[in-house]
Amino acid sequence: MLVIKDAVCSLCGSLCDDITVTVEDNKITKIENACILGRSKFVGMLEHDRIETPMIRKDGKLAPVSYEEAIEAAAKILVNSRRTLSYGWCSTSCEAVSAAIQLAEETGSVIDSTANVCHGPTALAAQEKGSPSATLGEIKNRADLIIFWGCNPVHAHPRHMVRYSSFSKGLFTEKGRKGRTMIVVDVRKTDTAKLADKYVEIDQGSDLILVTALRSIINGHGDVIPEVIAGVPKAEVLELAETLKNAKFVCIFFGMGVTQSRSKYKNADAMSSLISDLNQHTKAVMIGMRGHYNVTGFGQVATWETGFPMAIDFARGYPYYNPGETGANDLLVREEPDAAIIAAADPGAHFPQKAVRHLARIPVIQIDPYPNPTTELADVVIPSAIVGIEAEGTAYRMDAISLRMKKLIDTKFKTDEEIVKDLATKVRELKRGA
Amino acid sequence: MKIKANLISGRTADQGAHLEAKTHKGYFDACTYCELNSADLKRLGASEGDSLKITTEFGEVVVFAKANEGNPDGLAFIPMGPWANAVLSPDTHGCGMPGFKGVPAEIEVTDEKPLDMKSLMKKYMED
Repeated sequence: MLVIKDAVCSLCGSLCDDITVTVEDNKITKIENACILGRSKFVGMLEHDRIETPMIRKDGKLAPVSYEEAIEAAAKILVNSRRTLSYGWCSTSCEAVSAAIQLAEETGSVIDSTANVCHGPTALAAQEKGSPSATLGEIKNRADLIIFWGCNPVHAHPRHMVRYSSFSKGLFTEKGRKGRTMIVVDVRKTDTAKLADKYVEIDQGSDLILVTALRSIINGHGDVIPEVIAGVPKAEVLELAETLKNAKFVCIFFGMGVTQSRSKYKNADAMSSLISDLNQHTKAVMIGMRGHYNVTGFGQVATWETGFPMAIDFARGYPYYNPGETGANDLLVREEPDAAIIAAADPGAHFPQKAVRHLARIPVIQIDPYPNPTTELADVVIPSAIVGIEAEGTAYRMDAISLRMKKLIDTKFKTDEEIVKDLATKVRELKRGA
Repeated sequence: MKIKANLISGRTADQGAHLEAKTHKGYFDACTYCELNSADLKRLGASEGDSLKITTEFGEVVVFAKANEGNPDGLAFIPMGPWANAVLSPDTHGCGMPGFKGVPAEIEVTDEKPLDMKSLMKKYMED
């Protein structure tokens, strides 16, 4: 029996690094400290379906083939494609991301991450206005006002509040939850809102209006605010602005409610300006609640290798970036890609119908440990090891702190990194042959 | 009876717990429902567990009815996943992000049952 302490959970962007795992006969038999999401990934992997063997679609059905056959079929798809979409790469290591970017460059593909349907607009906002941020350690030790805006950590990041925010106890926050004020801004009373000191319910899609109103008040123009704004009475908005100004250290955590609602990237853009305004009065920062455990890592690796965090088009031979044009969904809705390689993500489940319809029409290569809706559309399927459980690697937490994930058990499956490198070797071989 | 609603999607813990188990019945249970408050369900003449047909300009989908008193009147929530995405907006407004929240929808009670994951995806292959 082997007890591994401080394992890193490879599920959500909180990247909890205090997981204790018990391994017996190469099986995880016990897991401590994990939430429901982490537990189902670590322990559930023994019960879940895995993709057991490489497969190729023949006569409409996926049939088992050898690894070499699958790599060859996938390489042929890439070599014969004039416009490949490479998508996902967020539930995997930075090392795999780096290899995927190299493959995308060599094949003149567009490579995009799950930020396309998550915090992509946050990256745009950061490019427009900046993103005044902090580490989660700073929040734990200093923040006395925590705002969750358009996010629901009770469901999406279950240990966030205990480890880093509302309930955590730190150097200058030794009273924990009692010493902190917690405010939730949302369009419906979520389970997170039920734990807040104050819940501000806004009209769906009016985030930008409320942020702008708060900025007006903080900058001394409260007189222009109408009696009800964004569905919130003026008195309540004035009180919220006062609470923000009077706090010692404010952190606004924000989620899909901000990035996916009307105004999209302009919401986080305005929030960045609000943070800037608040910093005239006190200390304030903002942090996006990132979903996939290494979507932040994709952004980091892509930025240092290509200059851009996502939606990178190599068709011109150099990196080109314009997310409203080169983002995965825009490309698919325009029916532009003639092939796709998808790894460590599931657009079959998470893209709107029009994009999925195009994916169903083109050859799709899938690299993933598990079968999912994308598998139903895939033409070549290559199973991979689960990073953080069966393979080590680097991942970035939502606050862009890098953590090293451990290998906990052995596996017969190759890692995403190995598969991409094998694929790149085969692509070069085919190209030389041509 | 049909009602008009503003449709949003999002994460739930049950949906998240089945992220890597999407072929399981648990994933189907975690994703194939639409939450409305009791007043809206009453207006529809629906009880929890009844089938609802959600129609938007982008498509239609059948899911089960579920009550959530946290929802204000006229706000419908379907957990993120292939069922929600059958009816959400593919329009990115030129910034990459589809319209996963704030899609005008019509909701009515139906006798049809929600499709399981594989049957739902099969429809795309047959299109």
